[in-house]
Amino acid sequence: MPENNQSSASAGGGRFQPGERVTSLGAAPDTPHIEFTDVIKRFGDNTVLNDLNFTVAQGERVTLIGPSGSGKTTILRLVMTLEELTGGYIHVGGNPLQYEQSGGRRVRISDKRRRQTTQDIGMVFQHFNLFPNMTVRENIIEAPIHVMGLSKDEASSQAAELLEKVGLSDKQDARPSQLSGGQQQRVAIARALAMDPEVLLLDEVTSALDPELVGEVLGVLKDIASETDISMLIVTHEMQFANDVSDRVMMFDEGSIVEEGAPAKIFSDPSSQRTQDFLRAVL
Amino acid sequence: MGGLSGFFENFGDNLDELGSRMPSILDGIWVTVQLTVLGALCAMLIALVFGLLQTVKFAVLRVIARIFVEFFRGTSLLVQLFWLFYVLPLLGWELHPLFCGVLALALNYGAYGAEVVRGSIGSVPTGQYEAISALSLSPVRGMFRIIIPQAWALMIPSLSNLLIQLLKGTAIVNLISLADLYFQIGQMRAVTGTWFAFLFGLLAYFVIAWICVVGMNALEIRAKHRIGRGPSLMESMSTLLRSPGSKVGSEVT
Repeated sequence: MPENNQSSASAGGGRFQPGERVTSLGAAPDTPHIEFTDVIKRFGDNTVLNDLNFTVAQGERVTLIGPSGSGKTTILRLVMTLEELTGGYIHVGGNPLQYEQSGGRRVRISDKRRRQTTQDIGMVFQHFNLFPNMTVRENIIEAPIHVMGLSKDEASSQAAELLEKVGLSDKQDARPSQLSGGQQQRVAIARALAMDPEVLLLDEVTSALDPELVGEVLGVLKDIASETDISMLIVTHEMQFANDVSDRVMMFDEGSIVEEGAPAKIFSDPSSQRTQDFLRAVL
Repeated sequence: MGGLSGFFENFGDNLDELGSRMPSILDGIWVTVQLTVLGALCAMLIALVFGLLQTVKFAVLRVIARIFVEFFRGTSLLVQLFWLFYVLPLLGWELHPLFCGVLALALNYGAYGAEVVRGSIGSVPTGQYEAISALSLSPVRGMFRIIIPQAWALMIPSLSNLLIQLLKGTAIVNLISLADLYFQIGQMRAVTGTWFAFLFGLLAYFVIAWICVVGMNALEIRAKHRIGRGPSLMESMSTLLRSPGSKVGSEVT
């Protein structure tokens, strides 16, 4: 598979080229990092996910594509435990997230245990969700200090490094309201990375951005993808980005996996008619 | 003596009367200010506690808070005051009248304030709660470090209304023997007549209320600036008397 080293520069704006990827990780280890078992999610009478089963390997980057309302974002929110699981189980790193099987029954786990597991999961949101009452630095160091127990100095120097990585070293003392959308999203990425996550959830992170700001955010994410071995679950409408960073693409429709495979296969030679229709509509 | 003409005929004499009564009127204003400030501070404390209790996970605490709010919101301030002043002594607790006044105002307006606190906490965007959860911050820490500072900016306009209502509500304490501003106005009325005394009363309460409003507007500008909305207090000093909702200075985008 050819390497594409210029992809950072052309992120978001480049012509769509199936089959080229940034990540150069070898075959993922066998142990699943994220495991969905018979997952059911309903909102009232509306069944969003019906009996969903899939796994994500350690260090694997999986992109979820599909029409809106197909349940992609719900999957990410379930992993972050922002939504209540209606049925089934989700395990991350072998630990149950909301429910576990105990004595043949499905029992809820304690909030404390849940938080111990979710500590290793980071999420970047469509609308950034930075804390407006804090500076950029305060946004980043809050959780490392009060959740991971870092000292203020340690957390601050880590924040400075992360801000340099996302190209915002000069914005440490700025308020979120003083930043552009692209800058805010890069701060949000730095904030998620400050918790040293093993799993990163990216929920349509460029959908709320003006088109000219999409590239700077995707560029940062591609760098992170190539420099770390964080497992990633990605929901995006940026197909070039999905192609560049993913090990696997899963096409969803009405809460089920329609088709999955390597990005080269899905984007250039999809087997399902629904995938073909979807890609024709978005590309 | 009757009608508006009486007011103008004796205006000079009435001003002299006002001047000679000024020391006792200032005493009355002091009682009113004490009731307002202490009542408002205690009401704010009650509002925060019972507003927050209505957002916690434990249903028992939520129900207790709900009952408290509905009870003190739904029973007359006057009856609450009489309970504290006339009924509690029968049970062996005799409270100082000023303390009775502060307590009645705090319980009554605190119950209203609890609804304001609850509502504004609920108005902070859900994305903020989700970010707190995604960063594994504890709910308590998230509430005090992230949610309340944002809710504070949202709740000030309603609290400002309640503060003015509380100030005007202090006038009932003369019924439990406290010589507040309203009591002194009543004393003066016997000499100057109704027109002059009550016109002075309107102006006196208005000035105190206006000072409260200016203070609350300053608090609101500061709170909004702290969450990145609107100019700083210094920047808007010149336009302080305008409503904080109007555009002052240039918004940062």
